[in-house]
Amino acid sequence: MLRVEYAYWLIAAFLLYAGVRNLRDRQRWRAAFWLLLGLLFASGDAVLAQQAAGNDLPAQLAGGGVIVLALLAPRLRRLTHAHDVGNEARRRSALRLGHRLFVPALLIPLVTLLIALLGPHLAIMGYAVFAKPQIVLTGLALACVIALVAAARVTRAPMQDGFFEGRRLLDAIGWATVLPLLLAALGQVFTQSGVGNAISGLTSAWLPTGSALACLLAFALGMVIFTVIMGNAFAAFPVMMAGIGLPLLIQQHHANPAILGSMGMLCGYCGTLVTPMAADFNLVPAALLELRSPYGVIRAQLGSAMAILAANVMLMYLLVFR
Amino acid sequence: MNYWPLLGIAVIVIGFLLRFNPVPVVVCAALTSGLLAGIAPLALLALLGKSFVSSRLLLLFVLTLPVIGLLERAGLREHAQRWIGQLRGLSLTRLLMGYLLVRQVLAMFGLTGVAGAAQTVRPLLAPMSEAAAEKILPTLSDADRDEVRAMAAATDNVGRFFGEDVFIALGGVLLIQAFYTQHGIELSPLAIALWALPTAVAAFVIQSARVWLYQRRLQRRARADDVPASKDG
Repeated sequence: MLRVEYAYWLIAAFLLYAGVRNLRDRQRWRAAFWLLLGLLFASGDAVLAQQAAGNDLPAQLAGGGVIVLALLAPRLRRLTHAHDVGNEARRRSALRLGHRLFVPALLIPLVTLLIALLGPHLAIMGYAVFAKPQIVLTGLALACVIALVAAARVTRAPMQDGFFEGRRLLDAIGWATVLPLLLAALGQVFTQSGVGNAISGLTSAWLPTGSALACLLAFALGMVIFTVIMGNAFAAFPVMMAGIGLPLLIQQHHANPAILGSMGMLCGYCGTLVTPMAADFNLVPAALLELRSPYGVIRAQLGSAMAILAANVMLMYLLVFR
Repeated sequence: MNYWPLLGIAVIVIGFLLRFNPVPVVVCAALTSGLLAGIAPLALLALLGKSFVSSRLLLLFVLTLPVIGLLERAGLREHAQRWIGQLRGLSLTRLLMGYLLVRQVLAMFGLTGVAGAAQTVRPLLAPMSEAAAEKILPTLSDADRDEVRAMAAATDNVGRFFGEDVFIALGGVLLIQAFYTQHGIELSPLAIALWALPTAVAAFVIQSARVWLYQRRLQRRARADDVPASKDG
């Protein structure tokens, strides 16, 4: 049965490969960063299994590894590789291969889509081919493998050229790769530390609770600001609901829970569009697209986020107190 | 109540304002909040390690890098740009609106992993958008190119975010339902998901309008570029 854990092992293998290549190029800090990250990925399942069995030591070691990663990150400077094939060669190859180049690129979304739709029903001799949890992401990983084989055939290049080029892109993205994972960890620590309760405690102290509109605005803006801080609307939602949504809006002002929940969450999504803390949506794409400013994507989203927020709050005010 | 853990947020804000490398800033914030909340250092370390490895799926996009790297070396971006350049009827607005629609509808069916910055924007949508912008204004500067690529990434994000909450079996809706169940309010996921539709439509209209306005700005600049040129001639 194909599980998403296999994808983590593939990632680990690729990270270790990137580390070894950097070691050979005498990029020691970069090599250490990718090797350590690769080890964390390879040992992740064991860490979680041991933790569940009551042994905290592997998780503590992983935590130490995370701190070492953080110390290594500032030492990764941007670099350009000299081995890049020139513009002219790329243009000639593009003319020769034409639309065939699209096939492997489109295989990634198409195979993922197929596995997402058909995967749950696929079985060989009564055994399910795909494990149910995270089946779309398992599909994405498999799609990448299939697309790599197809890309090697289309371009008539050996497969290891793919790893070589992939490592070049990985080096270009650099430390931004681990930021989403670290922010997820930060979210967990904030939750355990009671940061959310402290914030909702502070908010309800000054809020004029008699006005439904004031409560609604405080709830909506609270969702935005808290999402901006945490980088994730899912972390903001329970806090703002427990602090303002449930006691004031639903119980005191009789707001419709379904509408409040749904549209309240969307206020948070507007916050996700403007915060560097949502690194996987904002900073990683900026690095992937090689923008000169890491905040380029956020800048492009700011206007949309404000307009959507305004529309959403207005709709919420009209619908939620019916 | 213990308000000291809030200092972790201050660490984040100050770190970002002073433009320190975000990676150590985030780890410092976690250590600050955790220690001030009275979590024992070893337990905090374990919490950090466990949360980090539990969110490994956030790095799945690196598996696309070898494919993209190989195809880009063989001229994928150049081909995408040339092809869009040849298509007469395909403007920047139509390209991005079409993508936005597909992305939103896919997300509404729970298929958020199908497209994304690594899967579709970098190899396909960004070079195509650049080519479509170049058709309007052939003298695109590097800053313009950055803006167009960022616009493509923004369109991808908006499509994803304001589609996914319409799907009943995805994180957002289930989280809302779970919260209400814990507090004694029973709601069906469908009732929650339905109310994400009005904002989904608003988001589509707003993002499309912003792309259209950007395209119009490029067109104006192209006309302004033309006028002095024709005077010279």
